[in-house]
Amino acid sequence: MREILNRLRKAGDTLRSATSREESGDRQVATDGGTETVVGDRRRDTLRDSLPVQWELIESAPFWLPPVLLAGFFVYGAIFWNVLLSMTDFQGLGEPNYGQLDLSMYATMLSDGAFWQATQNTIVLLVVFTILCLALGMLVAILIDQNIRFENTFRTIYLLPMSLSFVVTATMWAWVYNAKNGVFNQLLRLLNLEGVVVSLLKPETVNATVVQWLSWNTTALAAVIFALIWQFSGYAMVVFLAGLRAIPDEHYEAARVDGASTVRMYLRVIIPQLRASAVSASVVLMVFALKAFDFIYALRGSQPGANLDILATMMYRVAFSSLRWAYGSAIAIVLFVLALLVIGPYLYSEYKRGQL
Amino acid sequence: MSTSDRNPIQRLRNMERSRIGLYVVLLFGIVFYLFPMETAVMTMFKTQQAFAQTVPFAPPSADGFTLAALQTAWNTLRPGLVNSMLMAIPATILSALLGSLTAYGLTTLDWRGQVGVVVLIIAGIFIPYQAVLVPLSQFWYQILPDLMNGFVNTVFGFYTDGNWVYPSRNGDVQLVQLSITHAAYGLPICTLLFRSYYKSISDEMIEAARLDGATAFSIYKNIILPLSLPMFAVTLIYQFTQVYNDLLFALVLVNEPAANVATQRLTALTGGVVQSFNTTMAGAIVAALPTLLVYVFFGEQFAKGVAE
Repeated sequence: MREILNRLRKAGDTLRSATSREESGDRQVATDGGTETVVGDRRRDTLRDSLPVQWELIESAPFWLPPVLLAGFFVYGAIFWNVLLSMTDFQGLGEPNYGQLDLSMYATMLSDGAFWQATQNTIVLLVVFTILCLALGMLVAILIDQNIRFENTFRTIYLLPMSLSFVVTATMWAWVYNAKNGVFNQLLRLLNLEGVVVSLLKPETVNATVVQWLSWNTTALAAVIFALIWQFSGYAMVVFLAGLRAIPDEHYEAARVDGASTVRMYLRVIIPQLRASAVSASVVLMVFALKAFDFIYALRGSQPGANLDILATMMYRVAFSSLRWAYGSAIAIVLFVLALLVIGPYLYSEYKRGQL
Repeated sequence: MSTSDRNPIQRLRNMERSRIGLYVVLLFGIVFYLFPMETAVMTMFKTQQAFAQTVPFAPPSADGFTLAALQTAWNTLRPGLVNSMLMAIPATILSALLGSLTAYGLTTLDWRGQVGVVVLIIAGIFIPYQAVLVPLSQFWYQILPDLMNGFVNTVFGFYTDGNWVYPSRNGDVQLVQLSITHAAYGLPICTLLFRSYYKSISDEMIEAARLDGATAFSIYKNIILPLSLPMFAVTLIYQFTQVYNDLLFALVLVNEPAANVATQRLTALTGGVVQSFNTTMAGAIVAALPTLLVYVFFGEQFAKGVAE
């Protein structure tokens, strides 16, 4: 096989040099030993366009085609399959009936209050988490960029939560938010503020004496968002730090010379240049938020009650606990479309900018 | 350092006071990022009584110190840790290797339509795994067993009497399936990491090798692979934490208790009716240990993988 490919390639090379010498950009150049042919760049292009099948495609296919087929089957094949499943009424037993496809599962979904609640939670989580995470990450990055001592230590510690799994952080935060003895409530107790916070957060509850962070609908989602910000703002920091380091020193100088204050310099000159970092960080953060299943699933294990369903957890519950597989598939498609809405424009703009 | 020249605060030496403020804010940041872990570590060494008497972030008193919670958590999680390693290490190596090959095929050799393939691969990084979950479990539990049963019993029918059953209920098999799944879904991000790295390798060296008649594979083996060792470090470290930390795929693909991975066992530990937070905190720390160690020793490479 390799032998044949090798010969084919040699034949292709001979063909190229035979046909394209004149119209290509090759030049005769005088050197010490006489003249030499310098191969021009245009030759490759003209020949590539004239060949019926691109040689590079054939030659590189053994490297990328098998892995791409593997991933393609698991990603795109599976998504297509999921679309089919969402149009059946599959309940998890036996074979799905692919003969009768309809959209009735989507109708069920649209009239399901739990679905709309989960969608709302997902979007709130997505937007609030992403914005706050970006803001905190940018602030920390700017602070770290002030040529401070022990920069590495600070950076390492700020990024540390990112290396932990959702399950580990959920376990820790379930304890932090614990109503009886958790860190937050103990702190409030030390400051004698518990009653104030209870009346602020849940005025309608007469008997409540402790803040039930994870069991109250008013606080549960905010608590999740706060913990997720803790875990991922370090990521935003790293991205912004790379962006800051790419800004040339002259921009700082120029702002200084113009007499801008530090705050003004950052607001007017530096932060606007971080747009690219902000866009790429927010795309990744939104994807994390859409995938926050592990976190909420693990948090739920210990503190049931509050309405914390996002589409990711609802999909799992419906499909694998209630065995309504087709319904779960339909919710998964909504989640997929949401993800597409986030990454589609991003990938398109990257493609247009020639960054891919 | 050029950073000191451009640094506005550094240059205004009479503003040392605001620098103190800066360090106070940064130290507050350390408190913010470390307190859940600090609390977890303090809590896991406390007896049930000390646990109720002391504030969560304070160390245990002399008589309130115990290693019992850690012992319990370790015993519960140890099989999960072994399973996680058995599953994550092959998955990580496989996806890094395949990612490297794919990136090579999509970078050094230039052909029209290449970008289309790259876009499809990169989009694969961002898909929510929920969108493939049901087909995935269908594939591993139904389609593949049916195919294997048919194949083995047809080809080796004289030997199996047509009774061979694909061991989809076998924990080891489930771990292999989970590993392959992770390798497949890790491939896109690995490809992206290697691709951005390969784009910076100069074409001249490769052109020279090609003029000498080197095949695409020998160029990969002799030039690209040695050059990509630093990128392999980054990818392996990043990918290992991703695979090790996952819960979702494990929940769906591994239902044999003996094959449960560390994240699954930790959820089981937290989800119990009776909650003893010293044990669950010890569990969290034990489960976090592998990736924490990776992070402590290879923080730089991890940060590189994250920032890409």
